[in-house]
Amino acid sequence: MNKPSIETLEKTASQVRRDIVRMVHAVNSGHPGGSLGCTDFLTALYFNIMDIKKPFDPDGRDEDMFFLSNGHISPVWYSILARSGYFPVSELATFRKLDSRLQGHPATEEGLPGIRVASGSLGQGLSVACGAAQAKKLNKDDKRVYVLMGDGELDEGQVWEAAMYAAHHKIDNLIATVDYNGQQIDGPTSDVMDLKDLKAKWQAFGWDVIESDGNDMKSVINAMSLAKSLSGKGKPVVNLMKTEMGAGVDFMMGSHKWHGVAPNDEQLATALAQLEETLGDY
Amino acid sequence: MTKFTYTDQKDTRSGFGAGLLELGRTNPEVVALCADLVGSLKMQDFIDEFPERFFQVGIAEANMMGVAAGLTIGGKIPFTGTFANFSTGRVYDQIRQSIAYSGKNVKICASHAGLTLGEDGATHQILEDIGLMKMLPHMTVINPCDYNQTKAATIAIAEYEGPVYLRFGRPKVPVFTPADQKFEIGKAIKMIEGNDVTIFATGHLVWEAIEAEAILAKEGISVEVINIHTIKPLDVQAIIESAKKTGCVVTAEEHQMNGGLGDSVAQTLALNLPTPLEMVAVNDSFGESGTPEQLMKKYGIDAENIVKAVKRVMKRK
Repeated sequence: MNKPSIETLEKTASQVRRDIVRMVHAVNSGHPGGSLGCTDFLTALYFNIMDIKKPFDPDGRDEDMFFLSNGHISPVWYSILARSGYFPVSELATFRKLDSRLQGHPATEEGLPGIRVASGSLGQGLSVACGAAQAKKLNKDDKRVYVLMGDGELDEGQVWEAAMYAAHHKIDNLIATVDYNGQQIDGPTSDVMDLKDLKAKWQAFGWDVIESDGNDMKSVINAMSLAKSLSGKGKPVVNLMKTEMGAGVDFMMGSHKWHGVAPNDEQLATALAQLEETLGDY
Repeated sequence: MTKFTYTDQKDTRSGFGAGLLELGRTNPEVVALCADLVGSLKMQDFIDEFPERFFQVGIAEANMMGVAAGLTIGGKIPFTGTFANFSTGRVYDQIRQSIAYSGKNVKICASHAGLTLGEDGATHQILEDIGLMKMLPHMTVINPCDYNQTKAATIAIAEYEGPVYLRFGRPKVPVFTPADQKFEIGKAIKMIEGNDVTIFATGHLVWEAIEAEAILAKEGISVEVINIHTIKPLDVQAIIESAKKTGCVVTAEEHQMNGGLGDSVAQTLALNLPTPLEMVAVNDSFGESGTPEQLMKKYGIDAENIVKAVKRVMKRK
């Protein structure tokens, strides 16, 4: 299969960003900031990095799998899943509405293709990814498991239980990424709960650590390609990925204020003017 | 004389260990996890035979629940092992989101439930676990009564697709159910037929109910004893049928009155067939250190207290 070019991926990302702000605006709720920040990463992951199959197989056998631990950035994931063909793009219009498969936070209960575990209550995704990766090993399945966490989420103790576990059990088919945007709900992570030397922490826990820029498509591809090349060597791999919350929409950038706030009509228009419609709005 | 006899006393956790070992041999998808309590959970025989299917997680129960949820993706059937306290209250949100809400086929196996954990005291004697687990949508809750039934239940839950909470205990107790009795989830077992009163008992209290029946029989009271090994889904039909026949009921369990078997039975009867009911359970209190026998007596959950409850409820008919 031919991998899409950087330019094509960037165009997809632009459309995904449009989807995000439109979805959140339509229901006046949801989390645009982190969604926009992780758009380039998830676009690269689903359209370039991962080896995935369709239709959706909940067991994910003989394919790469992705888990979103910071479930509040569901808008970006839903858009990516729809744009990569798991379900109709038109369904994005049901986000957060009654009887929708697109719940506020990702869930399996309504059977939305692409989702394998519920997330939203933070700190649980890395543990689940560890188990899924170990199941792959037991099944002699050589594909990989990817997981994304927020940096604020690293406040949760369970993350470090899982980090210790993954290294101890040599889960080397696991590639974790931290959305290292330095923001959480109550403010900058340095004020709320200082992460200190994150690289040293993960290294001390026994992981191979990569540092990257998560809002430059080429850098994302390079980092994830490097992560793949480091996997399978006895250690789990983590990508500390610097992002800008709200990336792509100027007035949403550089602050935690757009973590969980929807744009009004005027702000939506301003945002959309900055984002090229490349694949057609839903 | 009780209508049941026993020659052996064994701990229900050993029934779990034996069931798990058998599953290891018969079902290649079964895997096990433990949070640094392999000896207490009797998991060593499984580990010796199937080391590659066992995952030690250390003292990290939250992670254990998440890893177990992940192992189901790809078809594994994970059995987690730790004390009941650390299997439920400590990890409630992990179970709620990653297992129950996500519909994951995880078997949460919990030893040292209730007061009969004994000398370790109230920090470890969870009496709220049935309530916590039965409130979760999709969750099945099972509390077998002896070694044989715990072994059979362990084997049976592997065949069932969906999250299960399996609760058992620490002390050696009479083995009185048949070794070859098949375990049917959600199907109550009538232990003793009677006409004057029904005792619905679960877990270690089933034996106490059988002893209570023997005492009451001498006084000419005809007692029906029903083993409710599955608290959720509850065998509503069996409960209504028996209550209709006897006209009054006693529930008996090693659990808080709030949230246990008693309030499940009370709810069922209130909605379908209002019937006088007494509950033998711990009444809104933590436990303390002591021997299992001392604690069951002090907290009012032994045969003697069942007898008293029967007499109370019969006056309310």
